[in-house]
Amino acid sequence: MSEHLPILQVVLPLLAAPLCVLLRQGGLVRWFASAVAWVTFAIAVVLLRATLGGAELSYAIGDWAPPIGIEYRVNLPSAFVAAVVAAIAAVVLTFDSRGSATRLAMRRRYLFYAAYLLCLAGLLGMAISGDAFNVFVFLEISSLATYSLVSIGKERRALMSAFSYLIMGTLGGTFFLLGVGMLYVQTGTLNMADLAQRLDAVSGTRTVSLGFALIVIGLSIKLAVFPLHQWLPNAYTYAPPKAAAFLAGTATKVSYWVLVRFVFLVFGASYAFDQMRLDLLLMPLSLLAMFVGALAAAYQRDLRRLLAYSSISQVGYMTLGFSFANREGLTAGLVHMLNHGLAKSALFLAVACIAYRAGTTDISALRGIGRRMPFTSLAFVIGGMSLVGVPGTAGFITKWHLVLAAFDRGLPAVGFAVLLSSLLAVAYVWRLVETAYFSSGDDGGRAGGGSPGGEPRAAVLEAPLGMLLPMTVLMAATVVFGLWTRYSAGIAGDAAAFLLGVAP
Amino acid sequence: MSAPAMGGHWVTWMIVLVLLIGLYTLIAHDNLIKKIMGLNIFQSAVVLLYVSMGTVTGGTPPVLLEPTAGVTEPVLYSNPVPHVLMLTAIVVGVAITALALAIVVRIQGAYGTIEEDEIGAIEMRHDEAQSRA
Repeated sequence: MSEHLPILQVVLPLLAAPLCVLLRQGGLVRWFASAVAWVTFAIAVVLLRATLGGAELSYAIGDWAPPIGIEYRVNLPSAFVAAVVAAIAAVVLTFDSRGSATRLAMRRRYLFYAAYLLCLAGLLGMAISGDAFNVFVFLEISSLATYSLVSIGKERRALMSAFSYLIMGTLGGTFFLLGVGMLYVQTGTLNMADLAQRLDAVSGTRTVSLGFALIVIGLSIKLAVFPLHQWLPNAYTYAPPKAAAFLAGTATKVSYWVLVRFVFLVFGASYAFDQMRLDLLLMPLSLLAMFVGALAAAYQRDLRRLLAYSSISQVGYMTLGFSFANREGLTAGLVHMLNHGLAKSALFLAVACIAYRAGTTDISALRGIGRRMPFTSLAFVIGGMSLVGVPGTAGFITKWHLVLAAFDRGLPAVGFAVLLSSLLAVAYVWRLVETAYFSSGDDGGRAGGGSPGGEPRAAVLEAPLGMLLPMTVLMAATVVFGLWTRYSAGIAGDAAAFLLGVAP
Repeated sequence: MSAPAMGGHWVTWMIVLVLLIGLYTLIAHDNLIKKIMGLNIFQSAVVLLYVSMGTVTGGTPPVLLEPTAGVTEPVLYSNPVPHVLMLTAIVVGVAITALALAIVVRIQGAYGTIEEDEIGAIEMRHDEAQSRA
C-alpha cells in the first residue's frame, strides 16, 4: 500500500472530482472535497517524511519500468512542494465562503469543488512527475481547472480575465511542449533523469539551446515572471475569493518548482548558468519585478488587485533566489514558496472576510474597518508584515537568505535592492493600515452598504467562525514559520543542497 | 524555391510558417473567436512538428504486421511515440477550445459583443460612471 502513495496522492483528487459532480448536493460536496484534500495532505506529509533523509522514491506507473514508462519521482524538494500545495489547498477548502457567488452559482457549486480538486490533482502531478511530457499534461489539467475557476467569479470582468488567462496560459503550455519536443528529437527520451544523462553529449547543439529557451519562456509565462505577468492581476482579482486564495498560494509556486527542476535536474546548473547565462536574464527581470510589482500595488484602489500586484513582486524574490544559483539563494527561493503561499492565501481569505461584511474591497470605502473588524484587520496586518519581511514573520526568513545569497555571490548591491524593495512593500501595506486604523469611520455605515442590516458605525461585527478559522490557521503558520524554521528553511536548505548535488 | 535551397529542412520551415500565422492571428485580432482560431493553428503547428519528428525516411506506418503476411526481413517503420504524444496533445487542445468557446458564449451574454476593444470600451464607461457616482 505505502509504495503506491506517490500515485495515490495525485489520483485521489483526480477521481474525487467527478464524484463531486455525481454527488451534486452542495453542502455534502463541500465536506467530501475538504475530506479528500485533507487526506491528500496527509499522504503528502507521509511522503515528505520518507524523503527527509535524502531518499528518492521512484514509482513506475502501470509497472512500466522507466525510462520507457512514466515515472514519478518523489525527492525532498518535490515532496516539499507537494506538501505545501496540499496544505494550502486543504485549509482554503475548509474556508466557509459566503456571499461570494450569485444564486445560480450557489446551486451549481459542486462544479466549483470539482474544478478545485482537478486543479489540485494537476498541481500535485506537476510537482512529482518525473516525465517531461507528463508534466505538460498535468500543467494543462491544472490550467484548464484554473481558467474555469476564474470564470466563475461574481463580476462579469471575471470572464474576460479568464479568457486572457486561457490565451496566455495555453501559449505558455504550448511553448513548453515545443521545448520538450526539441529535447526529445535530440535525445529520444522524455524521462527527466534519462534526459539529464543524455543531454550532456548534445548540449552544444542549437536544438537543445532552443529547447531550453522554449521551456524557460513557457514556464515563465505560467510563473508570471515580470514582463509576462499581465494575466495575473485580473485573474486573481476577479476569481471567486476561495479560488483566488488557493491559486495565489500555489499555482505560480508549482511552475517555479518545475522550472527549478528542469534547470537543475535536467539541463544542469553549469549548462543553464555558465553556458546559457540564464542568470544574466533572470536577475534583472527579478529585480524589475520586485520594484514594478510593489510600485503598482501601492497605486491600486482595490484590495484584491493590490495583493495580486504584490504577488508579481513576490515572484520576483523567488526567481531572484533561483538566479543566484547558490545554496542560500535556492534556499530562499524554495522556502519562499511556503512563506509567500501561506501569507498570500491568508491575505486573500482576510479580504474575503472583509468583502463579506463590508460589501466592498475598495480601499477608500474601508475607513475604520480596523474598529469594525479588529481580528480580521489584525490578521491582514500580520500577513502584510510577512510580505514586507518584518522579523518574526515568515517573509523575514526569505529576505534573510536572499541577502546572504547576494553577499555570497559578491553582489551586495542586489542585497541592498532587496531591502529597498521591502520599503516599497511597506508603502502598499501601510495604505490599508492607514485606512483601517487612522482614518475616522464617519462614513463607515454608509460605505458598508452591502453589510446585512446596515449596522451602526464602529459596532464590532466580525466574519463568522467558518471564515475566520482557516484564515487564522494560515496566519498563525506565517508567524510560526517566522520563528521556527526547522520544517521550512531547514527542509528548503536540504532541498537546495540536493538540487546542487552537495552534501546537506 | 526548391527543397535544397532551404537547407533540406523545408518541412520544418513550413511548420514555422504555420506557427507564426497562428501566433499573428492570436495577437492581431480583437475578435475572441478569431483569437481561438489563432490558438488552434498555433497548436496544430506543434502537432505537425512532433509528427514530422517521428517520420523515418522510407519507413512504413508503425503497424504490427501479421505473421501470415509473409514478411521475413526487418521492416523500417516510423517512430510511433511522437504520434501517441500528439493524440494526448490534441485532446488537451480540444478541451481548451471547448472551454474557451464556453467562456466566449458567456462573454457574449454579459457584454453583448465578443470584440475585445468594444468590451474594453464598455468597461471604461462603466468605470467612469462609477467614479462619478
